[in-house]
Amino acid sequence: MRTARLLGAAALLAAAALGALTPAALADDTATAVPTDSPTPTASAGDDAPPTEAGTDFRTATVVQQGVQATASASAGDYLYWQFPADTGQNVTVHATVTFPSTATRHGPSTWQVDVYDGLRRRQPCRYGVQTATAGTGTASLQLACHLRTIRSYAEPWSDDPLRGTYYVRLTVLDLPSTDLGQPIQAAVKATSEGTAGRQAVDGSVAPVVTANGPRVAPSGGWAGTWWSPRWLWTAGGGVLAVAAALGAHRLARGPASGRGAPFRPAPDGYDAYGERPRRPHGEGRPPGDYGD
Amino acid sequence: MIIRKLLAVGSACGMLAALACGLLPTSAAADEPGTPAGTPKVELVLDVSGSMSAKDIDGQSRMSAAKQAFDDVLDSVPQGVELGIRTLGADYPGNDKKVGCKDTRQLYPVGALNRDQAKAAVATLQPTGWTPIGPALLAAADDLKGGEGSRRLVLITDGEDTCAANPCDVARQIASQGIGLTIDTLGLIPNTATRDQLSCIAEATGGTYTTVQHRQQLTSRVKQLVDRSTDTAVTPTATQGADTCAAAPLLKPGLYSDRETFSQNRWYRVDVEPGQELRAAATVSADRAVNAGYGVLLRAVTRHGREIVRDDESGTGRTDGVSAGIRYPKPHADDGTPAEEVCLEIGNSFSAPPSVKTTPGLPVELSVDLVDSPHQPHDVAFYGLGRGWWLLGLLALTGGVVGLLTGWTSRWRLNTRLDSGRTR
Repeated sequence: MRTARLLGAAALLAAAALGALTPAALADDTATAVPTDSPTPTASAGDDAPPTEAGTDFRTATVVQQGVQATASASAGDYLYWQFPADTGQNVTVHATVTFPSTATRHGPSTWQVDVYDGLRRRQPCRYGVQTATAGTGTASLQLACHLRTIRSYAEPWSDDPLRGTYYVRLTVLDLPSTDLGQPIQAAVKATSEGTAGRQAVDGSVAPVVTANGPRVAPSGGWAGTWWSPRWLWTAGGGVLAVAAALGAHRLARGPASGRGAPFRPAPDGYDAYGERPRRPHGEGRPPGDYGD
Repeated sequence: MIIRKLLAVGSACGMLAALACGLLPTSAAADEPGTPAGTPKVELVLDVSGSMSAKDIDGQSRMSAAKQAFDDVLDSVPQGVELGIRTLGADYPGNDKKVGCKDTRQLYPVGALNRDQAKAAVATLQPTGWTPIGPALLAAADDLKGGEGSRRLVLITDGEDTCAANPCDVARQIASQGIGLTIDTLGLIPNTATRDQLSCIAEATGGTYTTVQHRQQLTSRVKQLVDRSTDTAVTPTATQGADTCAAAPLLKPGLYSDRETFSQNRWYRVDVEPGQELRAAATVSADRAVNAGYGVLLRAVTRHGREIVRDDESGTGRTDGVSAGIRYPKPHADDGTPAEEVCLEIGNSFSAPPSVKTTPGLPVELSVDLVDSPHQPHDVAFYGLGRGWWLLGLLALTGGVVGLLTGWTSRWRLNTRLDSGRTR
């Protein structure tokens, strides 16, 4: 009876763990990298209106939250800077749009580029995305994108792996006819992210790379704790599965409990059912020679 | 029973997690930086030279477009901004270049703004004389001296400086004084020479250049630039790096500015306590025309010359600067372990065409932070935990094998006991 109950409980637990695991993984994939019970940095449109100005260097970069579209009116040739927080386990994509007003006459094609720097002002490579694009004289707007590597919670000092913290976006024109320098443009920047469901979860945690010599940059709900990863669920679920498999295999190998011993002989010494015995793990309590005599 | 126990354990874990979650953000949050206390100062420098009478901005003369723009801007100056107006070429109509090149006047002093007085003063202006941009910039920089707030100069002109000094050099000279003055320039229907000169002035001081073709554009841009003066960015502290580490200045966490000439290396020192992580980021700005192909190197070196960590970044083409950053986590140690003196070296490999002046040097911005050092991870993976269907399969398989073995063992023992019982 106890074995049956144990097995049932184990199966329930395994089912629960797996049930919890799959939706968590799915949720992570679709929305954010953070667990469902901790604050989501992407849902932040709340407190402030989207910024309408851009900074002109790292020091003055405008703070914008992920998922919020920051806009700025500027002149061709300006270096436009924004900064946004990115947390562990996020796959961040920076989208930038340059819109050319119809009032200004352009004399030739211009090449635009979006660069992303981490909190230590190290330039981050784009895994993919149109980072540089050229707009002809007839183009009304230009789309740029940069897909960063997964944000990690720890990296060796000698690597430039992206760590959680501030990320700077720089949008500028790389090449344009000198007659078009200083022409008005409209720029828009938006950073979005999706989770990795613990695929890239590494050990260790570096304090968020945010400089104290600038505005406070943090996800609207604060930095997510680094104790969480769906790996807990996978590993725990695996353990439960192992226990369930062990119990099942044990029962299978030992054979049916009550079906064997009973016809042979009733248990001596008041044992009402002989079959009760094998269910107890061997080597417990009574010494082997203790019964049957 | 078991399930109830597990549930209890689970909820305890949940509470712990919630606690940890509540505690973490506060400990991780960076300190609120100190905002500059002073009042921001802005001076508008308006060209009133003869060419401003040309009627080519939305059918109006450049002068009247500028006047209307000034009226709008004066109406919307943010609270707490001290605004002044300076003119150039407003007074001397003659042909003597010497006199014409000194013609700059403060029309309205930098201070608390009386909108009516300022507007009345602007209304009197008539396009008159020369375009002495250089002297006007010098005088305007003088007007903005004093105080702790940000300083911004907005230059509106329609022609290049035809006087002796190159205003671009003047601007760079002003910038190198370290008073944190930004010059934004606006060109009204500019020709090539004017555009080059104005963009050079803006580049030299970290400002922006705008081409103006419509009155509305002039108004909105000047408003935007005046509003920028209220930005509360941290003002860097001026410092001077040395040629060797031994002579280098000792820096505390903060933001520093310096100048280094082309292909120069500069050294700084930082004390790092055990259990602290040093974070340094350096930006070398290109404030003048530089050759394509450049780089910046940032190194942390021990007192004895061993390199700890380095980062270098290079690039080609148009840029406002190149930056590099390093982290140096110093492991935790026993109490009483002295702080380590870490030398920071900032080098650059910028070069310039021979026509470009190499002094003053390129602006360097160095940000130094000290935070808690992370503990060394014991495993590559998160807490050594696994993930994926292979892991689950392996664990289930292991469990199954163990179950089979124990099952067979107990079956075998049962059988031997039964047999021995039967034979007895």
